[in-house]
Amino acid sequence: MVLIGGVTILTVVVMTIVSPYISPFNPTAINAGPVLQPPNSKFPLGTNHLGEDMLSRVLSGGSVMLQVAVLAVVICSITGVSIGLMGAYAGGLADKISSLVMDSIYAFPGLVLAIAIAAMLGPGVINMALAIAVVYVPSYFRVVRSQVLTVKELTYVEAARALGAKSRRILTRYILPNLLPSVVVVVTLNFADAILMAAGLTFLGLGVPVSTPDWGWDLTYGRQLLPSGAWWVIGFPGLMIVVTVWGFTILGEGLSELLNPKLREIA
Amino acid sequence: MILLLLTLVFVILRVIPGDPVLLHFEKAASPAAMNAMRHELGTDKPLLNQYVDYVWGLLHGDMGKSMVDYSPVSQQVMSAFPATLELAIYSTAFAVVLGILLGVRASRRFNSVQDHGIRTFGTITYALPVFFLGMVLQLILGIHLHLFPTGGRTAIGMEPVGLTIGSFHIATGLYTVDSLLEGNLVKFATALHYLALPSISLGLVICGTFIRMTRSNMLETLRMDFVTAAKARGLPNRLITYTYALKNAFLPILTMIGLQFAALLAGAVLTETTFSWPGLGRYLVDRIGFRDYIAIQGAVVLFALLVALVSLVVDLLYAYLDPRVRL
Repeated sequence: MVLIGGVTILTVVVMTIVSPYISPFNPTAINAGPVLQPPNSKFPLGTNHLGEDMLSRVLSGGSVMLQVAVLAVVICSITGVSIGLMGAYAGGLADKISSLVMDSIYAFPGLVLAIAIAAMLGPGVINMALAIAVVYVPSYFRVVRSQVLTVKELTYVEAARALGAKSRRILTRYILPNLLPSVVVVVTLNFADAILMAAGLTFLGLGVPVSTPDWGWDLTYGRQLLPSGAWWVIGFPGLMIVVTVWGFTILGEGLSELLNPKLREIA
Repeated sequence: MILLLLTLVFVILRVIPGDPVLLHFEKAASPAAMNAMRHELGTDKPLLNQYVDYVWGLLHGDMGKSMVDYSPVSQQVMSAFPATLELAIYSTAFAVVLGILLGVRASRRFNSVQDHGIRTFGTITYALPVFFLGMVLQLILGIHLHLFPTGGRTAIGMEPVGLTIGSFHIATGLYTVDSLLEGNLVKFATALHYLALPSISLGLVICGTFIRMTRSNMLETLRMDFVTAAKARGLPNRLITYTYALKNAFLPILTMIGLQFAALLAGAVLTETTFSWPGLGRYLVDRIGFRDYIAIQGAVVLFALLVALVSLVVDLLYAYLDPRVRL
């Protein structure tokens, strides 16, 4: 499963990176061909209502989404892990307050929260990533917190403390490495969710400028073209989202199966 | 918990940099007009005062006035709410029934081709963006085969009015319930017909969790002593799985329904946009287009209240179904 997931993601990433060199047309070139052509030999995936080549758009359409996902995952894993580490290690009031805040974010319908934040911040890659990051901070927090609570009572941590190690050293050198396997699993699953949410935000018009080639956008205007029966405008970009998200889900599940027995030994 | 959620909404919409009035007018109005609007909305007051006003207003069911049509937001969101509730009920029902059926099937044929097939089905539905699935269904079943309508809640002139006895009037706003109250089966069938595609799309997307839950719980339950005992007494397999084991495996599934409700509402926003379904999610998205921040706040608050309410109901149900749980 790890292998299938990894290869899928790698293919999508490589495809997006090399797309400027292999695309037959400029993805935003209007009237590259006749409008709304079904797939044919010149336009293998057809053209949209502006006569843009769908193949070129599909090849490069993951770029924004992947950037947003990477940025969002980086921001929220760092924030979530550090809040979880510090809250759980310090205990007491700090732990209570951080848990309360995280629980309330967790209880909220994620997309609605992201929509509200994105609407306030305005469009753009960084703003979108921020909106998504806020939503997923609690998933890291919860995993990290529960593990820190067990790990910090273990004998080797006590020994380190008895030897006079400072809190910061204990946290970064002794506790953090133990958490990494489970954080890695959350990261992969988080990628899947972040991409889905980025697609959702773009679909609702909260994402990127109109001219950007993006799978989410293709679906937005593809919806208006549905009555004409132009299945290729939504079909291919949609499939790409599904494949990418599916790749990350499979990878995450595979990793968690691989890493779980190890985790059990530690705990 | 509820206060916490409301505070969260407040923090996001008021404390995050970004002035609603400035954003609303896209900097086009005169400074004087914008200041008047700020005064009207109370956003020129200190944050603490704003917070008190906001919570106080909510306690009185007052969500402020829309920045676009100046009518009370609370009325607007409440009139959009039943559509979302109806969609949520039917898609949850669809997801739970499908999830349990497939999950039980997978657990009975553990590690077989069928089991793996069902599990793959679960992961693929999870990876489907609900708006994409919705559009594919619209295209195939709606536009090509003409089997289902592709948008809206019901046909024109088919809106049920509910039940009127003398001067007493009952209407829930749920079209399937209202049409039955009215005793009009044609309207009921039409409402169901319009509900089918949105509910199936949303239900399919969230059913993966239920499949997985049911499967792992059933696998555990089927190994228990009472199942072996029932088998030893010669009870038919079907009876054992569906009556004895499933009853025990159902409690965690109930918890899952509660937990999934937030995800369901998020999906509903996208589904409503895809199917032009006049609910809360569509209202939210429309108002974002108008930059109507008071309305956005109202809709988001209602979403938050809904989640809190459902988790309360699930807790109560849990205590009722499992007497060991004391509230």
